[in-house]
Amino acid sequence: MFSFSQLQERQPELQFEPVAVGDDPGAIFSRDQIFAVARRLKDEFGFVQMIDALAHDRMERKERFEVTYNLRNHRTKERIFIKVRCDERDPHVPSLVPIWSGANWHEREAYDMIGVVFDGHPDMRRMYMPEDFEYYPLRKDFPLMGVPGSIPLPHHEDADPRFTVADRGE
Amino acid sequence: MMDELQSEGFITSKIDDLVNWARANAVWPMPLGISCCAIEMMHFAGPRYDVSRFGSEVFRFSPRQSDLLIVAGTVTYKMSKVVRKIYDQMPAPKWVIAMGVCTVSGGIYRTYSVVQGINQFLPVDLYVVGCPPRPDSLLKGLMMIQDQIRHDRPFKRGTIIDSTPQQPIEIPIPLIEGPAKTQPSRIITV
Repeated sequence: MFSFSQLQERQPELQFEPVAVGDDPGAIFSRDQIFAVARRLKDEFGFVQMIDALAHDRMERKERFEVTYNLRNHRTKERIFIKVRCDERDPHVPSLVPIWSGANWHEREAYDMIGVVFDGHPDMRRMYMPEDFEYYPLRKDFPLMGVPGSIPLPHHEDADPRFTVADRGE
Repeated sequence: MMDELQSEGFITSKIDDLVNWARANAVWPMPLGISCCAIEMMHFAGPRYDVSRFGSEVFRFSPRQSDLLIVAGTVTYKMSKVVRKIYDQMPAPKWVIAMGVCTVSGGIYRTYSVVQGINQFLPVDLYVVGCPPRPDSLLKGLMMIQDQIRHDRPFKRGTIIDSTPQQPIEIPIPLIEGPAKTQPSRIITV
């Protein structure tokens, strides 16, 4: 049965904050420790599969963004979550792509939607929105219908003028 | 008919009718199947709701060889450039069917990435609503487009480059339903 205190046996200086995610244990680590912890979890504790990597906007002034990794151990069928938080003014966290290459597109999506930059990612660019899009859509302050003109509609001189709206930018 | 004869002359109105008859009975669609509506469009072309009975014998996947653009599926802002490019590549006369509610008004996707209605950048001739519309709904839409074509006046307008009809279009009422599902379809083949 895994618990995060087992990590502290060999690394007593490790600091983390335990948090439960559903029925499974989780812990919040700091930015400088998360890479080493993830490496140890994969190599020594058997959490070989990263199921998901996601970022979300906590809407707090300090440490606005939180990146969560969902890890699973196939042999013991356990699932844990490791999290790392970062500030809005310095939204950088280390990338876990050297450990799990499946994190590649998940981290790209997190960058596209929330704006968290993953240092050490081999291909840090947007996933869904166009490359020159200026906003991060899944932040809580982004409007539902988008910013008019942020992705321009094509030129349409013979479209019906009754139906055109102001969101075609050039 | 009498004022047409007086304004246009007998020969040109008959030629108009002939040209319109030829165009209406051989509407070759360019299927722009983007998402789920594409499947219903495939059924529309399949053996049960056969569209080649109506003249759409071939679905030309090249816009240069087709006259009707059926936009079937959700159009995002990123995809809108592509749709417009394909529309621009079609030679006139051309008509556009907006199939499915995503193209009509954004559908269930009321969000920043989906264009809330393709008439913002394309001139649409007919809207077929449904999510997805039944193939027979789309077939009725095709028949309505054929009616529109038959009432077109290509020579009176003076140029065959301009294909948008100049009179107000009387027909494009969004279709609500095809034949009721409780009635047996008369299109069944043995």
